Amino acid sequence: MAKRIVVDPMTRIEGHLRVDCEVDGGKVTKAWSSGQMWRGIELILQGRDPRDAWVYTQRICGVCTTVHAITSVRAVENALNLEVPLNAQYIRNLIIAAHGVHDHIVHFYHLSALDWVDIVSALKADPKKAAQTAQSLSDWHMNSEQHFREVQTKLQSFVDTGQLGVFASGYWGHPAMKLPPEINLLAVAHYFQALDYQRRANKIVSVLGSKTPHIQNLAVGGVANPINLDSQSTLTLERLYYIKNVIDELGDFIHKVYMVDVAAVGALYADWTKYGAGVTNYLSVPDMPLDTMGTQFELPGGYIPNADIGQFKAITSYNDEYFEKGVKESVKHAWYKGGKGALHPYDGETIPEYTDFQDDAKYSWVKAPTFYDERAQVGPLANVLCMVAAGHEPTKRNLDKLLKLVSTVLGSEIPLSALHSTIGRHAARCVRTAVLYESLQNQWKLLMENIGKGDYDTFNRPVFPKGEVRGYGYHEAPRGVLSHWTVIKDGKISNYQCVVPSTWNAGPRDENDKLGPYEASLMDNPVADPEKPLEVIRTVHSFDPCLACAIHMVDTRTKEEVVRVHAVGSQCGVAF
Amino acid sequence: MQILPFIQNDPLLQDNQVQPVLVLGLGNILMQDEGIGVRAVQQLLRDYEFPPEVEVLDGGTAGMALYEHIVNRSHVIVIDAVKTGREPGALVKLENDEVPAFFRNKVSPHQMALSDILAALKIGGEQLPEIVVIGVEPATLETGLDMSDLVLAQLDALVEKAVECLGGLGFAPQAVTRH
Repeated sequence: MAKRIVVDPMTRIEGHLRVDCEVDGGKVTKAWSSGQMWRGIELILQGRDPRDAWVYTQRICGVCTTVHAITSVRAVENALNLEVPLNAQYIRNLIIAAHGVHDHIVHFYHLSALDWVDIVSALKADPKKAAQTAQSLSDWHMNSEQHFREVQTKLQSFVDTGQLGVFASGYWGHPAMKLPPEINLLAVAHYFQALDYQRRANKIVSVLGSKTPHIQNLAVGGVANPINLDSQSTLTLERLYYIKNVIDELGDFIHKVYMVDVAAVGALYADWTKYGAGVTNYLSVPDMPLDTMGTQFELPGGYIPNADIGQFKAITSYNDEYFEKGVKESVKHAWYKGGKGALHPYDGETIPEYTDFQDDAKYSWVKAPTFYDERAQVGPLANVLCMVAAGHEPTKRNLDKLLKLVSTVLGSEIPLSALHSTIGRHAARCVRTAVLYESLQNQWKLLMENIGKGDYDTFNRPVFPKGEVRGYGYHEAPRGVLSHWTVIKDGKISNYQCVVPSTWNAGPRDENDKLGPYEASLMDNPVADPEKPLEVIRTVHSFDPCLACAIHMVDTRTKEEVVRVHAVGSQCGVAF
Repeated sequence: MQILPFIQNDPLLQDNQVQPVLVLGLGNILMQDEGIGVRAVQQLLRDYEFPPEVEVLDGGTAGMALYEHIVNRSHVIVIDAVKTGREPGALVKLENDEVPAFFRNKVSPHQMALSDILAALKIGGEQLPEIVVIGVEPATLETGLDMSDLVLAQLDALVEKAVECLGGLGFAPQAVTRH
């Protein structure tokens, strides 16, 4: 008989995601993804000054503050047809890229590695052998026997205090854990090093954005970083060279540690390339604008239907009608008043109508977005595939490098199609990080060259016309396509909708009852032990779920007889 | 991190030197009373001058981005909306043994990020800061920028509580005289 599993909460960070599965014969046969909190930013923004919208939208989520701020100013600029000075574009691009690097490193090492890495097993490792293995894959300076020995000692003394509950809900020793002790030790060592490197990446955001969390330097029409190479309250040469120094340090970590670890984990869990594909229509948007109007971009984006890279269609500008006209949201299975079919974000409505968790009707606070009436997966995998399809050289080169590394560890060739999978999303995220690192270097150079030409402009003043204007802004955020849509009437916001990455991926069934990407990706996933559904958690975590922006906070409960699993709950059980 | 010689005078570029005491306001200002911690920090920054040993930060609902703000501190005073079962509007102070309970029970939606950070510090063998949590029991957590009257009425008292905590550590701030 089928057994119901409820994993709730699913995310280790902000937000609240619940996933229900029916497991029969050792695999998932039905799945529901449900956001358990209600959203309503549009209600707060109605009637406000569009120049202030970014200040509020960056409060939607504590993890994605920067990305909502950037997308909001882009939406208002688009409505006004406002040019953004080159310096402002480059400074925003540097912030975007640095934030992305920070976010991806945190996701792999601190939010999802423990789905694959058994930290207790690391205690059994031979540090000498671990060092030999690590050195055979990378010349990273901290891959020494002595360092691994120190990490193991630290870990042992921590385990001896009996406080291991700090890490997730104890999946060490789970039959799905496959890494040898030495690789587990290596991963634990890099977990600590990654804490330092994610912090360095975030430092670039702090220096350019004046502060994190919550950058302060944005404005509709540019940035509030006056450029004066001598005055300390501005963007100085010292700050610019400091940033360059941090960028260089990040490159080493990304290539010698992150990429190698992902390759090793990918190769040793090669069976996970068979699970988790789900929705294989991929949507991403171009980013890192290189001109004042957003018609040229460093990183391409577009749409790939049915995993067929040959059918890639590019999205090419901030006025791209193909993107603007393709997006709709359905509330048929979400707790909002509906009946009008899927609506375009300009016409979007957010009127709560809570029922209860109804498998065949409404069961989520997240709406279900579609692109030309099809479900689409967003995120680093969609982004990397679209960039490859568009012929983006740095993406192809870094992807080749990663796949070769995987093949070396595995001892056999790994095809591109392996990316359509749970483990493929981790691989793609790592490739994207390497691409963002090159983008950081490039945008820094462009900014320096432009300042060198004597261009110090950072801001164009917005002017709001009488009557109604509408616009949208998009951004390829760490979790995928983020778009804000705004209707402005007589200089005040009359409608505002955010279609966020986790809405695309975590959305419930749509107008045609088709599964969302999380739900589809879980179908046929193996589950060895329904009491400990580590496999379900692996697949959902591979999307990097962050639900705070998709939804807000309201508790709901079910009365079913089910296995309830708290994927993250026991983290709160530690005595500090 | 390697420090370039010429940046030694720019406070924004200093990496490993932080003030020993952090006052950290947490919360989501889009959810009414949920934002009390951030509102308290805004009021602190407006009405007081702080000794050089103290940093006052609006942490919002940040996750791992708070890591860099937590490491190397001796004391962290967290201000937040806190659910302990008291009546809405009640002032709450959690110290010593009560602090782990703050993280253990789901009393605040952002405690997870903070507990992740503390866990990482702990397993890494680093010294954890001494943490005090002060807050107010929320009355309403609906979408909206305005706090409930009940909780808003406690804002001054909460700010004074934070000032008192700092005084207890020997770092009392000075009220700014307004003209």
